[in-house]
Order: sequence, then C-alpha cells, then structure tokens
Amino acid sequence: MVKVFIYPATSLILSDMVARFGHTPLSSATAIRERIQTAGLESPPLQITPEEPKKGLKWAAVEVPAGVRGRMSLYGPMIEACEAAIIINDADLAFGCMGCARTNELIKFLVHQKDIPRLELNYPKNDDEGVKFVAAIKRFLTELGEAK
Amino acid sequence: MTQPVRIAQLSCGPEYSGIQHEIDEAAREVGGEIFYPDVALKDIRRDFTKFGLDVKSPDLKLAIARAIALVEGRVEADAVFIATCFRCAEAAIVRNELRRYINEHSRLPVVSYSFTERTTSGTLLTRMEALTTIARRRALLARETQKGLTLGLDSGSATTKAVVMRDNRIIGTGWQPTTEVIKSANEVIAHALSEAGVTRDEIQAVGTTGYGRFLIGKEINADLIQEELTVNSKGAVYLANRQHGPATVIDIGGMDNKAISVMDGIPGVFTMGGICAGASGRFLEMTAKRLGVEITELGPLSMKGFGGRVPMNSYCIVFGTQSLVNALAAGSTREDVAAAACHSVAEQVYEQQLQEVDIKEPVIMVGGTSLIEGLVFAMGELLQTKIVVPPYSQYIGAVGSALLASGFIKDD
Repeated sequence: MVKVFIYPATSLILSDMVARFGHTPLSSATAIRERIQTAGLESPPLQITPEEPKKGLKWAAVEVPAGVRGRMSLYGPMIEACEAAIIINDADLAFGCMGCARTNELIKFLVHQKDIPRLELNYPKNDDEGVKFVAAIKRFLTELGEAK
Repeated sequence: MTQPVRIAQLSCGPEYSGIQHEIDEAAREVGGEIFYPDVALKDIRRDFTKFGLDVKSPDLKLAIARAIALVEGRVEADAVFIATCFRCAEAAIVRNELRRYINEHSRLPVVSYSFTERTTSGTLLTRMEALTTIARRRALLARETQKGLTLGLDSGSATTKAVVMRDNRIIGTGWQPTTEVIKSANEVIAHALSEAGVTRDEIQAVGTTGYGRFLIGKEINADLIQEELTVNSKGAVYLANRQHGPATVIDIGGMDNKAISVMDGIPGVFTMGGICAGASGRFLEMTAKRLGVEITELGPLSMKGFGGRVPMNSYCIVFGTQSLVNALAAGSTREDVAAAACHSVAEQVYEQQLQEVDIKEPVIMVGGTSLIEGLVFAMGELLQTKIVVPPYSQYIGAVGSALLASGFIKDD
C-alpha cells in the first residue's frame, strides 16, 4: 500500500480510484456539489482557525497571502507524507477544484521536488482521451502496487 | 423583527485564512447577514469568459460569476462585501474590477477589503455598519436640509466635536481633543449649547457618530447612532453644497482614513483604514511636535516650503519619523520638512486608498486635517484637481449627525 497524493486534492473520483487499487489517497474529502452555496469552491473540510495560516509558514513565508498559508497547513503535511503522486492539470471544475492558483503552483512545485513516482496528466477533453486517461491512472496504480 | 440586511460576499481565501467567522460576526452585529450568491458550475464557466478577466484562481472565477449574477438580478442582495487575501496581486485586480463593475452597473453599495489572518470582526464593524445603513436608511440619507433644533456629536479617535443646528444653520460648535470619551463629549456639547444660546432640553433630536458613538449615544440618549462613513459623506456634500450628482469625499483622520465615492449624497464605494499611522493625521501631529509648532501652524508653514527637497516616505510612521529627523539633521528647513510631511501623507492615502474608489469631481476634503493647507495642496497636486474644503469641514461628522438627526424630530 502506497500513500498517494492527488491533485486536485478535492477530486473524489481520483481519491476513489487510488483507494480501489489498495493504496491510501492523501486528499481532502470534500464533495464538489453542482450547486455552490459556500464561500469557496472547495470550502475547507476542517475547522480552519487563524492558527492554520501560521502553521502554513513552514511552507510559505509571511509575505505570502494568508489563504495560501492556510491551505498549505492542510496540504503541506500530505505532500511531506506522500510516497507517490498523481497530478491532473487543467481539470474541469466538476472533477475537483482547488480555489487558489498560487497555492496550486506551490503544491505542484513541492511535489515535483520529491523523488517519488509521479503521474502527471492533462484532463481529458473527449471520450478517447478519457479512456486513455483512466487507463494511464490504472496502470500507474497497478505498477505502484507491484513495485511495493 | 426587522429582516437582516442581506450582504452578498464575493471572496477568495477567508475560510482558509480562518477569518470567515469574523466576517459573519461583524455583519451579525449590525443587523446584517452574509450569504454566498447561489450560482451553478455552468454559470462560472460562462460568466467568467464573458467578463473577460483571465485569472487563474477558481475562487476568483467564482467571485466574478457571483458578481454578474448580482448585477443581472439573478440573485437579490442589499449590499456587497468583496474580500480577498492581502498581498495577492491577482485577487487585488479582481477585487478592484468587481467593485467598479458592480458600482457602474447596479445601485448596490459595495465595500472591498483585503484581509490577513489577524483581521477581526472589530476591524470590519464600521464598514459592515455602513453597508447596512445605506441599505436600510436610504430615505434618511436622502435628507438635504436640517430642520428644527438638533445636536450632532462626533466622538473621534483624536478629537470630539459637537454642533448645534437650527433651521439649516450652524449656531453653535464645540471642539476638544478626546481624552475621557464621555467627559470630552459632555464638555463639547456644553460649549456648543452655550454658543448657540440654547439648553439641552430644547434640543429636539440628537445624533452621534465616530468611534465613541455607541457609548455616547447611550449616555445622551441619542435618536441616531450612525457610523462615520455615511454621516461624513452626508455632511460633506451638504456643507460643500454638492448634494446632487457624484462626489468624492476624503477624510484623513487621526487614526484612520476614509475615501468615499458618493452619488447624490449616498456612498457607493468606500474604503476605510490605512496600512500605518504614517498615512494619517497622527503623523502630521508628530511632525508639528518635532518642528516645535502647533498643528494649526503646520499648514501655513508647509505652504512656504518645497517638499521635493526632502526625501520622505511615511509608509511606516517609524520610518517617516526617521526621515523627518534625518532631514532636519541634514540641514533641511522646517518649511521644506513640513511640506514633505504633508506630501508624504497625501501620497500614502493616494497610493493605498484612493485606488480603491473611483475619483469623481468634486473632491471634497473634510475632517480636522482638511484645515492643514499643505495637505490639501499636496492632495490637489496628486489628483490634479482643485480640492473643495467646505466651511466647518472639521465638524463634518457632527454636522452630518445633526442634519440626519432632524429626520427623527416628531411631526417631521
């Protein structure tokens, strides 16, 4: 079993796929609803207090916006703990979405810094790409299990 | 029970900064209710493209879609609160453009704010109160003349002012530095009443504003207790005789500054605050003290000097004071230093706050600092316009309170 960080971390589909292949998904467990009535697209799954942006100072300096540091207090430990990662670029909002582009840049950078197995894909735009997309994730997760 | 004022929140980052509950609390305290305009994912995709600002953060795309939903009337609101993280350039662009867009295409009052994790409900209270006042008291704010005999009191952070008005004329004033809030208020009221030649019992209605408005309002049983953003706007256009059409009101106060874009006397967009006391009247007080002159002499002194000869940046009051001391030590004249201090304060307000409101002429400067000619001159130079300083500008909050309080006179 491998700890796999997924990006977007809010993607339930990705999280589910990782779990089905016997690995541990590192992700936020918030569902993205079709109707949005909360402040952000991925309103925080945990009780965030003003202490969280301070904890986020471990990954981003004080001149970085508080919202980035608050997010990093959640995702920073996941990135540190992960043994593999799946990154989906340009994902549709409905697939899983993280609200702050600056945090997203930092998360991807930190994942790239780690010497771990990593699958990086663009979000599929049609059915053919969709089939290849799922197959690539399946292959990656299977090989992760075999390597372990 | 009165329905809460519905304040639509357009934001990026408050939840992850841990301050969403502070925003909710500030709104609740003034009878408001924060809500998030309900939009669908397809609205975000469509409206973000339509708006044409190609930002990357999905939450900012959501804010854009929500703003369009408000302007197009798909979601109803009484006011709008736009909040994004301090120091995020992408969010600052969106915040400004949404504020401008909503102001141009709707009658919704808007306040924008950039927060940190240290933002508290107390910081947001006056802004939220102004939003709810505009939404609730539009009819009162439309009042153009003062009737009867009324008293207005402005309990500010630096000074306390009182004004007695009768039938649209100021007949008594009182002014003194704020020390003990209630004592200062009682003394200026006594002075204003004495100058007006009337007794407290004859006063038909009383209004209070400023930092001490709640305390004093309760103490003297005021009919109107209202924040200074709406009151000062009203007082400014009334005294400047510009009650119709657009105007911009600038009030550089002792503790914070207000920049208000006004239409027909009612604020549309406003900002309040400042990064540091270096951009407030407090820095000018320190300058006067260091130059060995009364604050009332700083204006004439600065008009004799040339600020360009002294490098000064009061972005921070400590650094500003260092510049001041260094300049004097290097042999700069007091006149030049006074002019540089005025220019620096004007420049900070211009750079930090006036970018958040649309400057529309006439530009009206009010508050005690509007009596410092050098500051008014510097602001005029920066804005390339002739600044209007109305009579009694230092009493602006008290006049606005007395004017609006007359709406509470029975049989009116």
